[in-house]
Amino acid sequence: MSATAEIIREPLKKKDLAADHPTWCPGCGDFSVLALYFKLIQNRGIHQEKIATVAGIGCSSRFPYFVQSHGVHFIHGRALPFATGVAMSRPDLDLFVFGGDGDAFSIGGNHFTHCARKNINLTYVVMDNSVYGLTKKQTSPTSPIGFKSKTDMWGAVDQPINPLKQAIAAGATFVARTTHTNPKHLLAMMEAAMDHNGFGFIECLSECTEFYNGAFDASNPRKGGEFLEVPADHDPTNETEAYDLAGQPFPGHFGIFYQVDRPSKQDREKTINAKFLEKTKDLEAHQILQQNFDKMK
Amino acid sequence: MSDSPATQEVVSESPKVSKVTEAVIRIAGNSQDGIQSIGGFLAQLAGRSEQEVMTFMTIPATISGGPSIFQVRIGSGEVLTSGDDADVLMPFYQHSYENHIGFLKEGGIVLYDSSHVEPDPELLQKYRHIGCPIAERTVEAIGGTAKDKGKNIFALGLVARMFDLDAAKLEGLIAERFKGKASSITTTALTAFHAGYGYPLTTLEEIYAFEEPKARDTDQVVCNGNDALGYGILAAGVRFGAGYPITPWSDIMELLRRELPKYDGIFVQCEDEIAAVSMAIGAGWGGRVAVTGSSGPGISLKGEAIGWAVMAEIPLIVIDVQRGGPSTGMPTNVEQSDLNIAVFGGHGDSPRVVIAPSSVEDCFYTAIEAVNLAREYSTPVIILSDQAIATRIEAFAMPKLQELCQDISPDLTPREDHKPYDLSAPDGITHHAPPGTYIKSGKYPIATGLEHDEMGHPSGSPKMHQDMSAKRRSKLQALSRKLPLPEVFGPEEGNVLLIGWGSTQGSLREATEQARKAGDSISCLTMRHIHPMPEGLENIFDGFNHVFVVENNDEGLYGYGQLCGLMRAKFANPKIVGINKTDGLTWRVKDVLAHVQSKLEELKS
Ligand SMILES: Cc1ncc(C[n+]2csc(CCOP(=O)(O)OP(=O)(O)O)c2C)c(N)n1
Ligand code: SF4
Ligand SMILES: [Mg+2]
Repeated sequence: MSATAEIIREPLKKKDLAADHPTWCPGCGDFSVLALYFKLIQNRGIHQEKIATVAGIGCSSRFPYFVQSHGVHFIHGRALPFATGVAMSRPDLDLFVFGGDGDAFSIGGNHFTHCARKNINLTYVVMDNSVYGLTKKQTSPTSPIGFKSKTDMWGAVDQPINPLKQAIAAGATFVARTTHTNPKHLLAMMEAAMDHNGFGFIECLSECTEFYNGAFDASNPRKGGEFLEVPADHDPTNETEAYDLAGQPFPGHFGIFYQVDRPSKQDREKTINAKFLEKTKDLEAHQILQQNFDKMK
Repeated sequence: MSDSPATQEVVSESPKVSKVTEAVIRIAGNSQDGIQSIGGFLAQLAGRSEQEVMTFMTIPATISGGPSIFQVRIGSGEVLTSGDDADVLMPFYQHSYENHIGFLKEGGIVLYDSSHVEPDPELLQKYRHIGCPIAERTVEAIGGTAKDKGKNIFALGLVARMFDLDAAKLEGLIAERFKGKASSITTTALTAFHAGYGYPLTTLEEIYAFEEPKARDTDQVVCNGNDALGYGILAAGVRFGAGYPITPWSDIMELLRRELPKYDGIFVQCEDEIAAVSMAIGAGWGGRVAVTGSSGPGISLKGEAIGWAVMAEIPLIVIDVQRGGPSTGMPTNVEQSDLNIAVFGGHGDSPRVVIAPSSVEDCFYTAIEAVNLAREYSTPVIILSDQAIATRIEAFAMPKLQELCQDISPDLTPREDHKPYDLSAPDGITHHAPPGTYIKSGKYPIATGLEHDEMGHPSGSPKMHQDMSAKRRSKLQALSRKLPLPEVFGPEEGNVLLIGWGSTQGSLREATEQARKAGDSISCLTMRHIHPMPEGLENIFDGFNHVFVVENNDEGLYGYGQLCGLMRAKFANPKIVGINKTDGLTWRVKDVLAHVQSKLEELKS
């Protein structure tokens, strides 16, 4: 892995990072997330070959095609477990996972919970448009009650999921909320999530202009709404306070709701392995295995 | 044993010692009696004494217990199966006596626990009955009120006496087993053993001693198929695994969880099988083939992700320890009914490799082969083991670990350029560049489940889908040309060729041997490479009038078992016929022979 150390590097330009032209509809909120991802990589001087961009299925999940990095377009809802496999076996990479609200909280809901509690070291941005975009306007797990879709023609009736509460309850260690209409804030949240050791989760409101136009106007000052940051006196290590704040009615607040230090799964596994490696570090694999076979003689 | 032609008397003081070449001992009781460990000790002793050994056991699916048996066959010569019928039956309870007496050879010995078993007076003539108050004597010997603890070790002592086994070696094994536990535990176990060994079996007129086995030039190891498979995965260089518990796969994940840290590897217990397969694929994409596994229900859950690995051409190992299905089915019984899901269980055209180990020893080597095929052909490989191989114990030659262990760390050498799905690659075989690989052209690859172009970017072109489907198929066709043909056990020409796969190999071979001794023209072979099959099998079939595919699965709607159906489809040869059963038990030799006879008669009429 040291082979790449000698590569002479120029700072990455946006054109180095842009791959396929995005297939999103004009005005789609996902464009901002992509633009700020490029910025993040440039700002942090991440080596291009070390970036791993992973996604599931959905409009938002097409993300990796638009980035010049090792990328993965996996199956619907399973980007997190895929990324966990990458994170656990390749801790040297900078790992980013992108996806939609359906991908994250419906088909992938169970994985979200477990990835959060395991505190896998990666950054996860859910581009929440409160609708199924790719499959053309069905109700999503974050659609508000009353939202008219092709599967709820009389208005959605099921209680929507609150992604932040879900994350806090699951044991996530970094929980933030942002919106595509505030690029500066979005970038700041991505940087903070990336710097966090463990599961860095961001819910990013990302409007689907095609199927849920105006969904988030109430949070956009340019549309007469209000963008309220998390109050300055909020203690992000206080779980119940964070939970209460997350429960505010829309448009609610933006910023880091919850952040605590807890060893990531990688850290914990490393501690376990270190104990064993003390005994086996000078042995070749076949010598370690021979010890087991000798016991079976 | 009793009818063994090699039995000969040895002049000695009482009791008389008879030499035997092999013996089948069946111990029947409840699952909490520790029956498995008696069998385990016997098997390990046999292995250390250079004997061949094979075991068979049943365990109830519930923890609260239920009837359980352990059968062990020890032989000084070749042992192919765990034996159809027992020479000695050791029933702990009345129900064990009643349910298993039918599995005793005529003239066989019933060594029963007289504290719990009342023998059937009508059977006293047919079998030699020897009673011993096992439960009572154990309590007497080790004291305390733990009424059933130690009974198994007492019984082991009885068997050791009866077969003139090496008591010192057994004591050693017992001490090894309890190493690290409180010394009182070892002492208690040894006390129970000595009590059993010294119990005056007054009605036992003779004891038995095994013939010296032929000397071997390598050490033998003794383990079950799940262990062999797990260690094979480690030898292959796999350092990441993910799974969700399910019987009988769990043993493998527990082994990997325990062992991988020694190699700086990790096994992750996941929230479900979908997460497990996804993680394994993620690690594979990361650059090192990873393993996941399950049994029936979990294999169904993994289907979509395996299809992704086919499409994105990412190596992956999936172990399926088959059990009775469908659905929750028969969790602790054997069946070979996942062949179809292994071969065809993906939507779309999704060719993958399927291999079935044919013995405990083969489990170890199959794991290594699977990893190498997955890497070489950039494909998921499914290892089809089954409950019978997984749980039975066999002795086999110590593998040459230094030669076999391999390092499969990813190669991250920078490249000028990389085309992950190059259509001009010979036989369609390409390899992905793992993340971390610097690509000078600045064009980075995407791994995707969408149909894609040569760079991995989505393509809806009809021609591209046609070409890429052909690419994914032709690499496995290339593999089929390289695979060795299975060896024919018996002459290469004759009347009947029996084909089996997986755990039935021993039964088919023993049936073949017996039939040939009786003058019937039967040979057999084992299919290890289920999909793709090696090229050229038709030439083997040409040597026989009939090809019977013997499987532990149902004959299906069209009259063919799962491998049989695949072979009918490939060879369109009407002489390929199926022999099937679905009773959840391994094929007994006499059942194979009876089915072959009736199939031949059926075909005549
Ligand atoms: C197993 C499976 N079920 C269903 C689908 C169809 N499907 C693709 S994307 C999607 C929903 C996408 O919604 P979301 O995750 O919110 O992403 P968005 O398109 O809104 O960005 C569905 C249902 C699929 N690809 N795979
Ligand atoms: S359908 Fe909606 S989410 Fe999808 S690209 Fe268009 S605007 Fe974006
Ligand atoms: Mg959505």
